[in-house]
Amino acid sequence: MTADILDTVAFDDDGYMVDAEAWNKEIGEAIAEALEVDLTDRHWTVIEFARKEFEEKGEPPTLRRITKQTDVDMKEMYQLFPGGPAKIAANIAGLKKPTGCI
Amino acid sequence: MAKPSRKLHEQSRGNGNRKLALVASKGSLDMAYPPLILANAARMSGIDVEMFFTFWGLDIITKKKMGSLKVATVGNPNMHPSFGIPTLVGAIPGMSALASMMMRKEIADLDFPPVPEFIQLVMDAGANVYGCQMSMDMMNLTEADLVDGATVLGAMEFMELTDGAQVMFV
Repeated sequence: MTADILDTVAFDDDGYMVDAEAWNKEIGEAIAEALEVDLTDRHWTVIEFARKEFEEKGEPPTLRRITKQTDVDMKEMYQLFPGGPAKIAANIAGLKKPTGCI
Repeated sequence: MAKPSRKLHEQSRGNGNRKLALVASKGSLDMAYPPLILANAARMSGIDVEMFFTFWGLDIITKKKMGSLKVATVGNPNMHPSFGIPTLVGAIPGMSALASMMMRKEIADLDFPPVPEFIQLVMDAGANVYGCQMSMDMMNLTEADLVDGATVLGAMEFMELTDGAQVMFV
């Protein structure tokens, strides 16, 4: 059922949304489901911070910035988004692939 | 056009079973960062990381030394252009400390953490950190001298542990 929402959204070859403006929470939930991530309030803290940063700077935040600017620490980031916290958080937030190496 | 999926993310990180064996053998301030940055980048890409600190590299995880690593100003042809310190000037007492201070500032300006914080960061990210048994014996160090969470390991044990891993030697 949520798969239908993803059909209405354009993704690039890496699976990241082409247009961050087209994102909404329902799309975020559908992406999270496709990535097998069960969203909690803690996930949303990160996603909302990433959205805010992107609006201000045009780039998804680095993992280090997320852990410095929110109360989610490094260990928790890896628990929330196993297998690549910065990339997976940016993906769910509808942002492009992060390139920062920290 | 690819849709996001767990499978896609696993593909992007080599099916999720890549392992990296990083050997850090140098303990200068400039050479402490490459293994740490690579370890962190690997963890951020979902790659398992085993880090072996040997010889001078032990300083990076030795509590008493990790916070005050120095960059060499004598016999170092790679001195950063903005420092531009000729070897004879570099020999003046205090020059290495000064250059190290400047480098620490440049690293901080790029938002990279100081070495002790960086080690904690890669361990929090799930990298395993080992001190080389033989080097430690040579330098009269025990596990208590190492940063919390690091364990002592022999080279052969490290080989067993990193079966099938990709290797990087720094």
